[in-house]
Amino acid sequence: MPTYNLKVNGEKQVVEAESDTPLLWALRDNLDLVGTKFGCGIGQCGACTVHIDGTATRSCLLPVSALEDKEITTIEGLSENGSHPVQQAWKEVDVPQCGYCQAGQIMTASAFLETNPKPTEEEIKIAMNGNICRCSAYNRIQRAVAIASEKIG
Amino acid sequence: MATENNSNFSRRGFLKASSLASGGLLIGFNLFTACKQKAEMPIDISKLNFADFNAFIKIAENGMVTIFSPNPEIGQGVKTSMPMIIAEELNVAWKNVVVEQGVLDTENYTRQVAGGSQSIRFGWDALRQTGATARQMLINAAAAKWGVSASECSAKEGVITNAKGETLGYGDVVKEAALLEIPENVALKEPKDYTIIGTKAINVDIDEIVSGKPLFGLDYKEEGMVYASVLRPPAFGQELESFDATAAKNISGVVDVITIGEKARNLLNSEKPGWSVKLSSSDKVVVIANSTWAAMKGKKAIKAVWKEGTPLESTEAHDKELVKLLDGKKFRTMRSDGDVKKAFAQADKVLERTYESPFLPHNCLEPMNFFASVDDAKVRLVGPIQTPEDLATAVSTMLDRSLEDISVKMTRMGGGFGRRLYGDFAMEVAEIADVIRKPVKMVSSREDDMTTGVYRPAIKYRIKASVKNGEITGYQLKEAAVNGNMYGLIPNFFPAGAIENYQVDVASLKSNITTGAWRAPYTNFLSYAEQSFFDELAEVIEKDPVQMRLDLLQKVKGTKDDKIQYSPERLEGVINLVVEKSGYRTPKEGVYQGFCAYYCHNTHVAEVADVVMENNKPVVKNVTVAVDCGIVVNPLGAINQIEGGVVDGVGHAMYGDFKFKDGMPDSSNFGTYRLIRNSESPKVATYFVENNLSPTGLGEPTLPPAGAAVSIAITKATGNRIYKQPFTKNMVAKEIIG
Ligand code: FES
Ligand code: FES
Repeated sequence: MPTYNLKVNGEKQVVEAESDTPLLWALRDNLDLVGTKFGCGIGQCGACTVHIDGTATRSCLLPVSALEDKEITTIEGLSENGSHPVQQAWKEVDVPQCGYCQAGQIMTASAFLETNPKPTEEEIKIAMNGNICRCSAYNRIQRAVAIASEKIG
Repeated sequence: MATENNSNFSRRGFLKASSLASGGLLIGFNLFTACKQKAEMPIDISKLNFADFNAFIKIAENGMVTIFSPNPEIGQGVKTSMPMIIAEELNVAWKNVVVEQGVLDTENYTRQVAGGSQSIRFGWDALRQTGATARQMLINAAAAKWGVSASECSAKEGVITNAKGETLGYGDVVKEAALLEIPENVALKEPKDYTIIGTKAINVDIDEIVSGKPLFGLDYKEEGMVYASVLRPPAFGQELESFDATAAKNISGVVDVITIGEKARNLLNSEKPGWSVKLSSSDKVVVIANSTWAAMKGKKAIKAVWKEGTPLESTEAHDKELVKLLDGKKFRTMRSDGDVKKAFAQADKVLERTYESPFLPHNCLEPMNFFASVDDAKVRLVGPIQTPEDLATAVSTMLDRSLEDISVKMTRMGGGFGRRLYGDFAMEVAEIADVIRKPVKMVSSREDDMTTGVYRPAIKYRIKASVKNGEITGYQLKEAAVNGNMYGLIPNFFPAGAIENYQVDVASLKSNITTGAWRAPYTNFLSYAEQSFFDELAEVIEKDPVQMRLDLLQKVKGTKDDKIQYSPERLEGVINLVVEKSGYRTPKEGVYQGFCAYYCHNTHVAEVADVVMENNKPVVKNVTVAVDCGIVVNPLGAINQIEGGVVDGVGHAMYGDFKFKDGMPDSSNFGTYRLIRNSESPKVATYFVENNLSPTGLGEPTLPPAGAAVSIAITKATGNRIYKQPFTKNMVAKEIIG
């Protein structure tokens, strides 16, 4: 089986996997980074969102073979101990219900706030629209992104 | 009248205490029953025995309180709210309380809490009693140490004080407390003295969730574990005839391809199939691989030939059959008051309407998955399941193993919504592990999850009411549902008792499509049908829809009918509150409001939805909710549940659509199956009716009224009533019809 050199959360990792293996499964099965979740496998739910060179990306459709030399950040690497402003806001607002979608929501929100640190309510809704929360915690997700934006600013 | 504050909790012998070898006091108790005489308390914290007790409290020598409960969390917040109740009566500071879910190596988890709206309601008495008794034990121990009477001592935030003002921490007396007799009939606190209940506590698992720690079934892993992907019949009614696994076996990472199904079939044909009836009776092809991806790829490469076992069904045919049932006479009457036929015959006016809904998949965001390991000594099962006891029993019968060999460990669940009440997927992995004798995790793809699921049945209601001299004199509700829907208590919900001639009839269409509970089972669609009907009925009798409800409720007050489930006073309370808070009496230009009030899952709820027209389309902007759930244990968690229930209700009523053709669902993933998204979600404003009644659950009761409130608001906005879900596919805008 081929091997790939990935840089995940600042560390070099060697992954032995077939070239078409999505990053999602390489993270989960090979590297034991299970914070990135599987929801649909077709890019529709956002549960698998990670940052590739700082951009929020769906890891379920991204083959490991396309990722050498890229900076991959997962929820585990977003901050040392849950101290990222978005994580802090998520705690403050007590966003999660079942919690399964939340890593993906947080990764989408944190990348979004990098590009637009002072978004309007409407911009937040549109930015977060690709992340399904089956428990429908959308009201709190919107509020937490707004609070995180204040923390950053 | 159903009383809300009844307590049948046995006070005698409901908890046991012991001293831990490592120091500290351990108390074991059960939520629903007294503990067994012979139940033994461990002295080693790593050996908590959840077969005899379903929860433990440890008070350490440093005063820290740890609550151990194997209760899984589905997302309803019980893992936070239940310990709050214990801590309240125990008089400890919430910050000194830690909650731990069970202990991982426990052999037998039995008598688990099923989770859901029921947990809080049933646990309320037991949790308070336990906390209060533990507090008294510690006070008694301190009093003995000081040589004073316990009645002179009091406890606050984990510190006991006597009349002289001397103090002892809980941790200082744990050793002594374990040796004293367990006090009986300890007084509970008055709600006005609560310091923890009613405060906002953040989800106890929050740190793990926001930092991506392994919590869920899908995250579970063991050394040497392999992955399994299961190919099930693509259509309900089909069975496996043959398959070719050559291509699959050539995929790198695929270890083996096997079939399962025989053991499950034997169980299905046995006397006690239980919920294993949710299993398909067909053989299934299983791809075993050393990664999830290889297993999924392998499954796609299997070439299978399917044959028809039972006829393949379609929504089109169901629709016809359900209408036939409604037109026919094959009903079972579930409640009948007076004489509806006579009322209809003597009426000035009769209104009759039919409401229709599709099947609905659960779509838990975490797809079904489970771990199993089977060897000669043990059968170990790990994963997200709401009914571990049923699973252990079913697996023990299926694999012909003694119940003692089986252990079930529950993980956090990425959503339940009723799906994880059924353990068909866990049975499959048990059968797989029994064949391969290796630790294995079965992972469903979204497509597997959505197309081989258990569904909310398709249902049709026909409701008929008679009006005489401006009064509602008769009401008849007929239900026709695929595999049946309504159960015993529902016909005693509103408007039962308020209308003299009243009847509820049900009919069932037998189908090979698996159906079952779905969030707010039985009422999730019924509420929309009935409440939409009331709104139209109010128009017919030319009454304000709110006033019509209030007038009907007047007639129920003081009823001697103890079958009636709802309280007219409490329903009136939420109606008045929602009318006030939503501005229903002072409508804004361009905002169309839909009102409804509903009782289900022991909770009274009223909702007002605000709809505006944007680009000729109705958009749900706000929902105001008034809830009477008794004492609100954790407002932060409660509001989360309420908001989730409302938005979920709006989403499925607006978009939820799921049809069958030739036994096959028409959607298999989120590309075609539409779930509500962030930008479509209304803002929810929640208000509680304040009282000191026992708490009731909130995971379900705000969902059913949401669809109703929205449909009524859309009717006002568009001028057209909607009789079918999902609304987006069945509404006609005013502008379009001119
Ligand atoms: S799992 Fe990648 S978008 Fe759903
Ligand atoms: S919290 Fe359950 S899916 Fe979002």
